[in-house]
Amino acid sequence: MGRRASGPEALRDGAIAPNGSALQTLTDLGKVDIAATGTEALARIAAAQDLDTIEGLRVSFLGKQGSISGLLKTLGGMSPEARQVEGPKIHGLRETVTNALAERKAALEGAALEARLSAETIDLTLPAPEAPKGSIHPVSQVMDELAEIFADMGFAVASGPEIEDDWHNFTALNMPESHPARAMHDTFYFPSDAPSGTRTLLRTHTSPVQIRTMLSEGAPLRIIAPGRVYRSDSDATHTPMFHQVEGLVIDKGIHLGHLKWTLETFLKAFFERDDIVLRLRPSYFPFTEPSVEVDTGYSFEGGRRVIGGSGDDPGHAWMELLGSGMINRHVIAAGGLDPDEWQGFAFGAGIDRLAMLKYGMNDLRAFFDGDVRWLRHYGFSMLDMPTLSGGVGTPA
Amino acid sequence: MKFSLTWLKDHLETEATADQVAATLNAIGLEVESVEDPAAKLAGFRIARVLTAEKHPQADKLQVLTVDTGDGNPLQVVCGAPNARAGLVGVLGLPGALVPSNGMELRKSAIRGVESNGMMCSSRELELSDDHEGIIELPADAPVGMPFAEYRGADPVFDIAITPNRPDCMGVHGIARDLAAAGLGKLKPIAAQAVPGSFPCPREIRTDDPEGCPAFYGRIVRGVKNGSSPQWIQDRLKSAGQRPISALVDLTNFVMLAYGRPAHAYDLAQLSRGVTARRAREGETCVALNGKEYALDAGMTVIADEAGVHDIAGIMGGEHSGCSEATTDVLLEIAYFDPLRIAETGRKLNLTSDARSRFERGVDPGFLDAGLEILTTLIIETCGGEASEAVRAGTPPAALKTVAYDPARAAQLGGEDIPEVEQKRILAALGFTVGADWTVTVPGWRPDIDSWPDIVEEVVRIHGLDAVASTPLPRADGVAKPTATPVQRLERRLRRAAAARGLNEAITWSFLPEGEADHFADGNGGLWLLENPISEDMMAMRPSLLPGLLAATRRNLDRGASGLRLFEIGRRYLRGEAGRSDERLSLGVVLAGEKTSRGWSNGKTAEFDAFDAKAEALALLAEAGAPVDNLMVMAEAGSQFHPGQSATLRLGPKTVLARFGMLHPSTLKAFDIDVPVAAVELFLDAIPAKKRAAGFARVSYAPPPLQAVTRDFAFLVPVATPAGDLARAVRGADKANIVSVRLFDDFRGQGVPDGQKSLAVEVTLQPGEKSYDEAELKAIAERITAAAAKLGAVLRG
Repeated sequence: MGRRASGPEALRDGAIAPNGSALQTLTDLGKVDIAATGTEALARIAAAQDLDTIEGLRVSFLGKQGSISGLLKTLGGMSPEARQVEGPKIHGLRETVTNALAERKAALEGAALEARLSAETIDLTLPAPEAPKGSIHPVSQVMDELAEIFADMGFAVASGPEIEDDWHNFTALNMPESHPARAMHDTFYFPSDAPSGTRTLLRTHTSPVQIRTMLSEGAPLRIIAPGRVYRSDSDATHTPMFHQVEGLVIDKGIHLGHLKWTLETFLKAFFERDDIVLRLRPSYFPFTEPSVEVDTGYSFEGGRRVIGGSGDDPGHAWMELLGSGMINRHVIAAGGLDPDEWQGFAFGAGIDRLAMLKYGMNDLRAFFDGDVRWLRHYGFSMLDMPTLSGGVGTPA
Repeated sequence: MKFSLTWLKDHLETEATADQVAATLNAIGLEVESVEDPAAKLAGFRIARVLTAEKHPQADKLQVLTVDTGDGNPLQVVCGAPNARAGLVGVLGLPGALVPSNGMELRKSAIRGVESNGMMCSSRELELSDDHEGIIELPADAPVGMPFAEYRGADPVFDIAITPNRPDCMGVHGIARDLAAAGLGKLKPIAAQAVPGSFPCPREIRTDDPEGCPAFYGRIVRGVKNGSSPQWIQDRLKSAGQRPISALVDLTNFVMLAYGRPAHAYDLAQLSRGVTARRAREGETCVALNGKEYALDAGMTVIADEAGVHDIAGIMGGEHSGCSEATTDVLLEIAYFDPLRIAETGRKLNLTSDARSRFERGVDPGFLDAGLEILTTLIIETCGGEASEAVRAGTPPAALKTVAYDPARAAQLGGEDIPEVEQKRILAALGFTVGADWTVTVPGWRPDIDSWPDIVEEVVRIHGLDAVASTPLPRADGVAKPTATPVQRLERRLRRAAAARGLNEAITWSFLPEGEADHFADGNGGLWLLENPISEDMMAMRPSLLPGLLAATRRNLDRGASGLRLFEIGRRYLRGEAGRSDERLSLGVVLAGEKTSRGWSNGKTAEFDAFDAKAEALALLAEAGAPVDNLMVMAEAGSQFHPGQSATLRLGPKTVLARFGMLHPSTLKAFDIDVPVAAVELFLDAIPAKKRAAGFARVSYAPPPLQAVTRDFAFLVPVATPAGDLARAVRGADKANIVSVRLFDDFRGQGVPDGQKSLAVEVTLQPGEKSYDEAELKAIAERITAAAAKLGAVLRG
């Protein structure tokens, strides 16, 4: 209690002067009983029940015409001796009353606030306003992840048209008109109206971006080209539209070992597992030579395919994941580069499939249905930005 | 391409197991799709001897057998086969075994009250043949108790995918050659003995189409008996998935599958005079062996006689002259057809066949004589008869390709330094001839090889890709630059901005039903319509992102969704100059149905309105870096939108950055949607690219020391005057002082004359060095009033 004592006790202390002269003098002077005035004032203050009453009391005691103000004015007419005796008493009275008023006022204000707050009580178990929750499609998310992973290896992101001509889609990729591989592509065509004889089609792969980028950028090159591709094929595991990512490196002295390292590095970074084991199988693509198909080991966990381990390990098998190879010399030449000077590799992988393997979706068709329940479940928060520092993938 | 291990061993001396063969095939690029192991299929079936056979007490057609399975405990088995008898050695399926023909699991059971502990099997039940007359009868000395799979020499069947560059591996011999090169055994040489003709060929064999058919070899074998082919041929054909038909047909198929060499046998009786390879004549037709009639044209090569076409050359023989049981004399055809011609003809006729797939990839032009001799030998061995002298019309392309090679290339391109001696060994094993100067001569069966990278591939694939060491790409020097282009970064940014605003990203098909595309096609020069769509629903390339999102909206509403916020970023496909593709990046937003559902605080549900669309449009344009403060709200959002509740956002009168608003009821009807829909389409390609700043430092700025002042003005304006025009006029009244104008009231009714409305704006003024005095404020107010007056606005008293 750091405050000075106040109230009747203080008054009484002040009233009992050691020589008893105070009371005498007061009685002489005053026809006024300071102690009684004080007691009465304090009682009235204590009885006040609202702030208006407190203000009224303040005015009646301490206002210009107030009773205590009146007492103070009497000091001016006193002899110095009397003033010395009466002054402290009257000032004491004023201070006591002032303090009592402030205290009572604070108490009343506190009570009023408490009453108001109590009346303002609300039921916070009621639901808060709902903010709609947006989402990023898994294909977009995985494209961002790929861009991030490959940025670390110095690959830029390139793109090209989806409505292509047969030169970029086939001929320049070493698939001339009658090439049997063309028939394997289940190509969507547009009616041919060009007298030139070139056919317009929906690109069957992202590989035409290789040609376009070589022609526009020259060499050396490191690019990935993600995007939509189209094949006239529709069943449980194929949709007529899907997404592919193309990779292309052109430089001097690039060989199959670089391709192997790049794919290993990419897949390890993408699946965030050190135990990714690749099996490279010789294959054939018209636009690469040598051509390599890449399998990766996997196992089943909880009914889902999980990438990792060697396909020859117990309980594991191999799954074909992407196609690749050293770029065919004809393709490099079609890209306007000298195949004696430049060589490189290319690869292509299905983005939808990569997304399914990583994030556990099992139905490709659902990717393109736009069912909001699916989009919210498998979609990503806008804050799940793939970054190298924060992790490229978003854990479940 | 399917073949059995036994068949492979006809061509390859090897002790390798099926697993080793499969692993090696994969490693050298002959992808194994499956290995079917009959041993697994026959697990649970053993050789057993019938000891006793007695009539079943309850059934006339059944017998009760006791069967010795070799372990000294004879089993009781009920059997219905008529040939079941004591002493017969057959095949018993034990409880637990799965019957190959129907997948049923055998169980111990009671048949008509008699216990049966297994089943004596027929050939058909074990899928060995179609025979179901009775149970299998094995020789009496067959070892009782031995697993039947072991006894039968269970023969695994490989199914491998042959890439289009390897016609040589469309025959078992070629596969064996690759395996031998990879160290899996020794390739057995082809035994082709010349069959001397015992008489001159009595029919002319000729080629009049040296381009399409450079060489046509043949001969006649007369006096044959066309029965069924021998079991070993049948076994091999069956492993390849072919049904044995008759000896002559089977043997031509066998030569094709064993050596990748298609051949054809004509029933000589059905030919009139000689046969000629020639171009088809317009209007000619041929009924092929598949029973279908094909219309031919002058671009196709056929084999014909005087009467007509007997063979669509290199693709399929004619029905008329095919061999039958009655055939006694045959004319054999072994020809070399131009691969391009075959590919084109096959494509035009939409006709695939085993012969076509080999000819169009390129058969070995050096294998005509050998092929003819092998086939003749097999026919005479099987069907008897005597052969004429061979006729050789035309000449197959004989020149072998050479490739200048440098063994250092293996490391330069293949990344693996393979010793020269090993490279030489591999090439020789594959049939290449390596000269002293490393000039490599390519064998005729490898039409795919034409340059040094092909040689690298051969060497590296046989040596093993596993051996190639991972080699890191060198890191680029210097400071890392963004790897995404500005457009790509814009796309990413908007995608996340839209998701942050509560929108769900969808990816919808690029193609639409033509009607839906047409609804959104105005003014872009025509739709892209596919010639061969997968269905009518996927016919037209989308001219806008909205129809795809609306179709998704409908599907969601059908599933009970009440409110939807969908967006998509992608291309719309327009016609550019000269009909070329013009693909433009756009962002579509569809806000459908309930914006907020009914709630304890806000009461009823609220539906989306045009201002929700406007809010999305402006927010996303702002994220895209568009100068949103300078945009004009103008009409003409398009016929798909509600004419009174839609607008475009333009930068200048011509550059439309976005359109937004409520969709027209007719649009909703076309998409079968019965809730109001607000939509936005952002034309990202129209947003002016921001000049890339030279550095990262922002323009200098210090917050003004003096507080901003706000003043309210209310104007009476004609009802038709857009509020935005008034706000823009006010804003422009004093650019030095006015920093913002906010329209906060639009009132019509009491106190406002008919035909007018009251618009109130809050104007924020920013003083500079010193505070405004009354005179200055008055002057600004006057300027504002004057500017508004130009629009017919009158300050309200």
